[in-house]
Amino acid sequence: MAGYLVRRFWHMVLTLFAMATLMFFLFRLLPGDPTATVISPSLYPKAQEAMRQQFGLDRPLFEQYLLYLRNLCVLDFGFSFQTNRPVFEMIQGRLLNTILLILPSMLAAYLLGAVIGAIAAWKRGGAAEISLVFTATALQSAPLFWLGMLAILLFSIKLDLFPIGHIVTPGMFPEQDWRMYLSADFLHHLALPFLVNTLYQLCFPLLLMRSTMLSTIGEDYIELGRMKGLSERRVLFGHAARNALLPLATTLPMILGWAVAGSVVIETVFSWPGLGLLMIEAISRADYPVAQAAFLLIAVLTVFGTFIADLLYGLLDPRIVYA
Amino acid sequence: MPSIILDFFRAVWRGPFGPTGLVILGLCVALAILGPAIAPYDPVARNYDAAGKLLRLAPPSWQHWLGTTLLGRDVLSQMLVGARPALLVGGLTALGTVVIGVNIGLISGYFGGRIDSFLMRLTDMFLGLPFLPFIIIVLSLTGRSLTTMVIAMTLVMWRSTARVVRAQVLSLREMPFVAAARITGASDLAIIYREIAPNIMPIALVSVAFALAWAIITEASIGFLGFGDPSVVSWGSIVYDAYASQMMYRAPWWVVPPGIAIMVLVSAVYFVGRAYEQVVNPRLRTG
Repeated sequence: MAGYLVRRFWHMVLTLFAMATLMFFLFRLLPGDPTATVISPSLYPKAQEAMRQQFGLDRPLFEQYLLYLRNLCVLDFGFSFQTNRPVFEMIQGRLLNTILLILPSMLAAYLLGAVIGAIAAWKRGGAAEISLVFTATALQSAPLFWLGMLAILLFSIKLDLFPIGHIVTPGMFPEQDWRMYLSADFLHHLALPFLVNTLYQLCFPLLLMRSTMLSTIGEDYIELGRMKGLSERRVLFGHAARNALLPLATTLPMILGWAVAGSVVIETVFSWPGLGLLMIEAISRADYPVAQAAFLLIAVLTVFGTFIADLLYGLLDPRIVYA
Repeated sequence: MPSIILDFFRAVWRGPFGPTGLVILGLCVALAILGPAIAPYDPVARNYDAAGKLLRLAPPSWQHWLGTTLLGRDVLSQMLVGARPALLVGGLTALGTVVIGVNIGLISGYFGGRIDSFLMRLTDMFLGLPFLPFIIIVLSLTGRSLTTMVIAMTLVMWRSTARVVRAQVLSLREMPFVAAARITGASDLAIIYREIAPNIMPIALVSVAFALAWAIITEASIGFLGFGDPSVVSWGSIVYDAYASQMMYRAPWWVVPPGIAIMVLVSAVYFVGRAYEQVVNPRLRTG
């Protein structure tokens, strides 16, 4: 187990290193001045020249690359073109906002999806099951941004139940510190994006749970349970559902990755100040240092989430041997 | 090859979902081909009423079945024209994804050893790459066009196909027919492409379906976020225009149709994909 943990950890570091490298070369692919993504072109030419020397951008590409990696290790992401503040300052709080939106929603989606999927398999063959499968497929096929907009249209504008967006009422928490996250106002703002994201994300585990359970129905241990005289309910929830949870758990890392990547969309619709929205805003203002840092942090979140989910899976299935 | 396609249709044609999906897909393909020809108006032209006033946010009427946008453009015409980019980007991406994914999966699974661990390490790295943010970065750095979008999506999406195919190849390569081919002196390449590849075609077709579904949704999401090709009207860009104008909540006829179109098209792809998967994968076949 310890050996596996170490190997898996190095694997994670290597993946992040590869992504950082990819970003370095991608951002220097830009047509025109390759330093335009690091030094704001709106500065005076003399100031640009001074910064170029200060940041070592007049040196060969390889040296710049080493410098870039060193800076990443000490969390130095450079300065924003827009605000001239250190990028690190701007992304700190954003990371937490994204986690608070995505993580609880994914956990809720997996739990609910597993339960509803199991019930659907239990009531198989009926009209209710077919319409559930139909609805779940349709929801899963709808674009998330569009579901969010419909929810705002219905629940915020027509029924006036939830605020239209943002994380708290603007101006209510000028210091933006931890008290913000404990307020009722925060929960009120979180509710709608949370519900929309959960509803959208639960379709996949629901459909998977249902089909996995249906496929276990022919297995010997299910027959055995029936022969022992256990009720259909006991057989399905006690035996079939337990085994169907494993395939479900294997998909969690992948789906978590999709959800983190998809936060770009849900954060944009709900003006939720997370990493995804920051990245979109930074790109549209050509604020490349911020965009790059936001992307890298989203990648860290994805890779780290996959890492944790992989370890949890090992705990769940005792048959897995960490050789 | 034709027999696989025939088998595919025969397999999907059973059950309620498969045929529904096939019919919808057929309609969408027809729309993608004919859309611009049957659109009643120029999708980007401004429309005026009889008095010469610009038809801003006009609700649905006999002249404009789905109403007009803030700039007086006909929503129905935009919808009809928007089918083509969705299917074009989706189809090309799915094709590219499967070609790359199948080849990497075949080579990785067949040769094993160092080649396998290198290719799988590469696949894992791509699995950690945040999909949508990566595409957006690439589009913003290299220019917004449908071609760039297809290339960028293909470069990432092959990862899941490669994994699925490799797992299948690992078990196929131990089969007697592969050993028989080896004894007759067939080369590695011949074994891979003549003996093993035909057997993974069903799995490859399933992943075409899922890649297609994802590519269509992603194309729409990119359009919605404002990173689509500025010269192309797509279902995603219609929603973006509505969103950017901040008028979307006053004009549901502008926002609702593109979402429904995407939902129906992607559902159809899923229906076909799952119906086929059920036949291909006996574990999923249930009474």
